[in-house]
Amino acid sequence: MSREEVFEKLNEVFRDVFDDEEITVTDATTADDIEEWDSLEHINLLAAVEQEFGMKFNMGQVVSMKNVGEMADIILAQIG
Amino acid sequence: MRELEYPFNGEEILKKSKKIKRALMEVRTDFLEKRIAVLGGSTTHDIIRILELFLLDQGIRPLFYESEYAQYWQDVMFDNTALLEFAPDLIFIHTSNRNVTVYPSPSDREERVEELLLEQYEHFRAMWEKIAETYRCPVIQNNFEYPFYRLLGNQEAVYLQGRISFLNRLNEKFYQYARAHENFYIHDINYLSASYGLDKWADPLYWHMYKYACCMQAIPAFAHNLSKVVKAIFGKNKKALVLDLDNTLWGGVVGDDGPENLEIGQETPMGQVYAEFQGYIKAQKEIGVMLAVNSKNEYDNAIAGLNHPEGTIRPEDFVSIKANWEPKSGNMNAISQELNILPDSLVFVDDNPAEREIVRAQIPGAAAPEIGTPEQYIRVLDHGGFFEVTTLSEDDRKRSEMYRANQERSRQQERFADYHEYLLSLEMEGTIRPFEAVYMARIAQLTNKSNQFNLTTRRYTQSDIEGFAADQGYITRYGKLADKFGDNGVVSVVIGRVGSMEDVTVYRQGERPASGAGGDVLHLELWLMSCRVLKRDMEYAMMDSMVEAAAARGVKTILGYYYPTAKNAMVKEFYREMGFEKLEETDAGVTIWRFTIPNEYQKKNTVIAVNADV
Repeated sequence: MSREEVFEKLNEVFRDVFDDEEITVTDATTADDIEEWDSLEHINLLAAVEQEFGMKFNMGQVVSMKNVGEMADIILAQIG
Repeated sequence: MRELEYPFNGEEILKKSKKIKRALMEVRTDFLEKRIAVLGGSTTHDIIRILELFLLDQGIRPLFYESEYAQYWQDVMFDNTALLEFAPDLIFIHTSNRNVTVYPSPSDREERVEELLLEQYEHFRAMWEKIAETYRCPVIQNNFEYPFYRLLGNQEAVYLQGRISFLNRLNEKFYQYARAHENFYIHDINYLSASYGLDKWADPLYWHMYKYACCMQAIPAFAHNLSKVVKAIFGKNKKALVLDLDNTLWGGVVGDDGPENLEIGQETPMGQVYAEFQGYIKAQKEIGVMLAVNSKNEYDNAIAGLNHPEGTIRPEDFVSIKANWEPKSGNMNAISQELNILPDSLVFVDDNPAEREIVRAQIPGAAAPEIGTPEQYIRVLDHGGFFEVTTLSEDDRKRSEMYRANQERSRQQERFADYHEYLLSLEMEGTIRPFEAVYMARIAQLTNKSNQFNLTTRRYTQSDIEGFAADQGYITRYGKLADKFGDNGVVSVVIGRVGSMEDVTVYRQGERPASGAGGDVLHLELWLMSCRVLKRDMEYAMMDSMVEAAAARGVKTILGYYYPTAKNAMVKEFYREMGFEKLEETDAGVTIWRFTIPNEYQKKNTVIAVNADV
């Protein structure tokens, strides 16, 4: 899967979770950019991403992940 | 809604909860509003988010109170204005093994383990007692799931020092408390976590990252299981299983293959699957579920199949058998009318997806679960929780018997030209008395289940009912009815409040004034009757008893109220039939009726021998 394809799928997940068809994420997107993205929604978001890509984040990754770009890196590293 | 019906895709529910909620709110408007306090020993945010969906799907709109993180015990034990003002209809205590504070260690002596067990139990018991006395509402309490590791390995459950042994014994103490207290229900997360898979359920990431007692992905299963208990408490259980025959109760088509060639019994693996399923269905009768047949078949073939010697289920296990070539949705309506229950309280079981689709489309609210392949039927029906048991009452166990007696009555009725004569021939005996302790549960259950013969459709918890019984400002009556064919149990409930004429302004709005004013007007806040005793003159007997009690209290006037709903048109003119005169009708369709108690009241009931003594 290419990085572009990962971002396409991530956009779908973000739109479902935050119930907003307008969302488009980039490498630099963080929780500050999406109003409803608080710590509680974060859990839900990660679970939905895991489901979409059929992978799991480990605890170290969850703790250190800084933005959507890093999220995409982890996904690409795991699904190859 | 299909997305929320077992078997469901939990991850889709988690992801699309907002969209699902919007859709649920569009489907219906007649929600039952309930105030639910969730007191957690771990994070509860997403549990509430998903529980709301499952409850909305059951017709319950919850308003939530959520305790601060892990404040479940403090919220109850110390003065808590917010919770008091919230006035919960139900309290859910969400604790888990992460909240166990004292575990034994392997070196502890057995007496020490005993002390710890008691200490931990008392922590919870004190809280439950406080809830019972302060909030007087039903409580749902999680039991404990097993820990995800075992220090003593396979002996963890054997030695009293082991955590599994400790949790098992603590759970048993919870169960004992539940058996002894009517308003207290266990939410069995021990079973649920096993069924889900303990290693996945207990993934420590979710505890250490977010303080969740179980993994995020398990939350839909958790919320669904919890919603089953909640909806059962609020009277939203289904009442009857309506079953297809061919390839549902046995393998093969009886009309084509002949009864002798059906797959049922111990001869083949598939025959065994159907035999186990028949046994499961038959056992439903023991918890008060009524069984009916809805099959495209010649009637005689259906009966021949049901009499198969290897089968466990028999024609007489069913309260209604529709084996014909009519559309199945039509048969569903016919069955609901015959049993005097609403079509949405039926669960339709059929291996044919097309038939399920027709029933789903034609009978709103009825369940038609995706039962899968024969070896999955039991799990799907069982985990669906359509008939979730809260209390095992005598009435529930006898329900099928009562409907059978009803059928005998109808047969007898055909032999009498005169209806009055027929009623006399039933040799009816009624018991009509103020609310009593043994019947509080049944009375509360009736207020939540009765829709059709219900003048005001007010829903009450058992604590509310106990409150009315204890309050001198109210006149309460329950009515039991028995006849020569059987005992119907408690079938009618009336609640009146003694007040003044001015109270009408409150009642006109569908509200209730506070108790205690006194006066010479009796306002009938609730009058309901189970449809299983329609046209038996039981309502006359209830009226006689209310009039007598009211007159003894110095009441001169009785006011009755009818609040229209989608389901109670049957009693629109009820008070006219009882001899009331209509005073007014509001724009909302509320009607207000007056009965002036005469000096010489002529009893209306002439067919039921009423026993009012203790």
